[in-house]
Amino acid sequence: MGLIKVKDLIYEYIRRDEEGNVEGITTAVDDVNLDIKQGDFVAVLGHNGSGKSTLAKHLNAILYPTEGTVWVDGKDTKDEAHVWDIRQTAGMVFQNPDNQIIGQIVEEDVGFGPENMGVPTKEIWERVEESLKAVGMYSFRKFSPNKLSGGQKQRVSIAGVIAMHPKCIVLDEPTAMLDPMGRKEVIRAVRALNDVEQITVILITHYMEEVIYADRVYVMDKGKVTLQGTPREVFSEVERLKELRLDVPQVTLLAHELAKEGFPMPKGVLTKQEFREALERYITEGANEYANYFG
Amino acid sequence: MPIILDKVSHIYGEDTAMAVKALDNISLVIPDGQFIGLIGHTGSGKSTLVQHLNGLMRATSGNIYFNGQDIDESDFDKKMLRSKVGLVFQYPEHQLFETDVFSDVCFGPKNLGLSKKEIELRAYEALKLVGLEDEYFYQSPFDLSGGQKRRVAIAGVLAMKPDILVLDEPTAGLDPKGRDEILDQILKLKVETGITVLLVSHSMDDVAKYVDRIIVMNRGSVLYDDIPKEVFKHYQELEAIGLAAPQVTYIMKELRDHGYNVSDEITTIDEAKREIKNYFTELAAMQRER
Amino acid sequence: MLRDITLGQYYQADSVIHRLDPRVKLGTTVLFIISLFLFYGFWGYLVAALFLAFVIKLSKVPFRFMIKGMKSIVFLLSITILFNLFLTPGEPLVQIWIFRITKEGARLALLLAIRLAFLIIGSSVMTLTTTPNQLTDGLEKMLKPLNKVKVPVHEIAMMMSIALRFIPILMEETDKIMKAQLARCADFESGNLIKKAKSLVPLLVPLFISAFRRANDLAMAMEARCYRGGEYRTKMKPLHYQKRDYIAYGIVVCYLVAGIAAGRLIPMLLNNIVI
Repeated sequence: MGLIKVKDLIYEYIRRDEEGNVEGITTAVDDVNLDIKQGDFVAVLGHNGSGKSTLAKHLNAILYPTEGTVWVDGKDTKDEAHVWDIRQTAGMVFQNPDNQIIGQIVEEDVGFGPENMGVPTKEIWERVEESLKAVGMYSFRKFSPNKLSGGQKQRVSIAGVIAMHPKCIVLDEPTAMLDPMGRKEVIRAVRALNDVEQITVILITHYMEEVIYADRVYVMDKGKVTLQGTPREVFSEVERLKELRLDVPQVTLLAHELAKEGFPMPKGVLTKQEFREALERYITEGANEYANYFG
Repeated sequence: MPIILDKVSHIYGEDTAMAVKALDNISLVIPDGQFIGLIGHTGSGKSTLVQHLNGLMRATSGNIYFNGQDIDESDFDKKMLRSKVGLVFQYPEHQLFETDVFSDVCFGPKNLGLSKKEIELRAYEALKLVGLEDEYFYQSPFDLSGGQKRRVAIAGVLAMKPDILVLDEPTAGLDPKGRDEILDQILKLKVETGITVLLVSHSMDDVAKYVDRIIVMNRGSVLYDDIPKEVFKHYQELEAIGLAAPQVTYIMKELRDHGYNVSDEITTIDEAKREIKNYFTELAAMQRER
Repeated sequence: MLRDITLGQYYQADSVIHRLDPRVKLGTTVLFIISLFLFYGFWGYLVAALFLAFVIKLSKVPFRFMIKGMKSIVFLLSITILFNLFLTPGEPLVQIWIFRITKEGARLALLLAIRLAFLIIGSSVMTLTTTPNQLTDGLEKMLKPLNKVKVPVHEIAMMMSIALRFIPILMEETDKIMKAQLARCADFESGNLIKKAKSLVPLLVPLFISAFRRANDLAMAMEARCYRGGEYRTKMKPLHYQKRDYIAYGIVVCYLVAGIAAGRLIPMLLNNIVI
């Protein structure tokens, strides 16, 4: 069994009107199965309201399944005795950078998690230092979070999670409120954690550029996983993604558009180098073909 | 009605040790009917600039003229200015407060002291302009989806019938489809009403597709002010200030760097597709001659 | 730019006073205020003034920052002084028309002015040299015994420090919403009181909604980081008394003794000499 295993997960909540009468039942997550191995970089894509954030909150025992089971490091999240272990094993970073920083100084915020876990003072300091260094925010340790940019704040939040020594980080749209520079900073930090520290990463996002580096991508719609595979496999489905209110990177889209015009472009082109190489192959191998086509 | 900025500067915390020059000697003309993109990274002064256009902030030095009149003159009607230069802030749904969508949109025209009939007429028109269906009009704005809330907030500004619509990051936090829907709606609105639109953004991909003029800001000054093609030629300079040209521009550059004779003025997918097709047609023609 | 404001007017400097344990500073401030009411006569206050001057010198905070705190109470101060000056019965000193200044009145007014001024300056020294965070930490530890009578000391301290963190954010938010409503031609200024109060609805409703959303987000973020109240918790920056803190307590005790002695003994001695 992998680090995180989700089996037949269903999450329903009851909508009530102002008088408290039941208006209806919404199924936010509908029969989802996942198996994530230690060290994986997994991306969950989906439009707003597709259920991806609800799913994420199950991995950290903030929400509990209506039906089905979630295991984190072999522990059932429904088992109350394990709640704190699970939250420490699977740390979570949220969307709004302002609403998750508790400390008034960067280093105090990073120390918040270890403090809650009862880590001895001396070790808290060591953990704070290494975590801030891992996200490149060590030189800001004495700053007030209010003076940092959005990207820097999110990196502090990530450090706050790493300081708890988790095996896995769940990032719930960490870049949705950031500018392009902040987005890059955060994604770079996340990738470094995955590459260097071998921390399992589950990245929830609707920005396509951010999932190119993932080992595996799950696309959600109406609470279900509708597409899954490597980024290349998923991005091959340009039309399907558009139906799901999602984008593909411009290079993938351009290749797709050309393919529709008859160019023999491969599916799921992810980088401009791949794009150029595909055209080159076309010129060398298919010279006659395109001469016929265009002539 | 055009807006003219003449050597406008704004300094935060003037006369203190922490004085920051947010706007530095900016001169600009915003004529009627343009679709303008205002681009810059966070802290470049673009938000400060737009708040000068409707008199929410006052220039430390320099003058701003609306329809030929200096907006800092004491007898200038600020309320009129704010109704004519409609400013939609970032995350505008955070300003909604009424119990139903329709009343919220009525707030702006009500403040203008119009008749009840006129207020409701304008609110209705505005909601239609942003493409919100009738069934939502009497719902609580807080029950709507993120994209719908944002439309309501934009309608709240449109209901004042502005000549110029300024939108600060109207797509922030929306998913790709929601982003395209809002931008398409704004384009449609512009075409239908002829309103001037100033779109503040840090996404070049969004802007390239819609606007006919781009103003790039950096450290409180205007770095470039030109049509998109010309601005994106400076992609290296743009990168140096934390911005970038649209991704297709880089794809075409990759091709050019490897000996493909393609144009360096490509900014949209459609243009790129056409250019590559043309390239191959010519290649085929050349081969036939050989 | 609203985010740049420093709450509690902390003045960054590297001094012995800054480094003292917040509990020492809190305790000393309380003792100092009590001493102002214990001390007696000119000599007592001279000792208090010397002590204050000594602490200010050590703190490396420019004196004008101390005075800043005074400005806000100038009005209150002048009213109390005037009342005491004119309304205290006793031996008349000067009489102009119906206004009469008595010897007792003059004495009381002067005493009050000195007490209030010292009180404000004394507490300013504390707030200027202690960050709000240190203050809440200090309070938490000092009030810990109250835990036994079921006062949730840790939770109160945590609430205080979260409030301190979010005040600048909510102020900025208020500014943003206000501007957004102004852009919709809202009018917050004209009209009578009722109209003005009504005009705040478009500001307050969004502000409350935002505050609740933030509170909800924050609670979730805290839970996700294993927060479960004060139990099991360790401290990143625990408070431990250092040598300098004990010395500080010693100095405070000396000050109290000296002040009380000066107030009682010096006049006695002086009297003896005269006799």
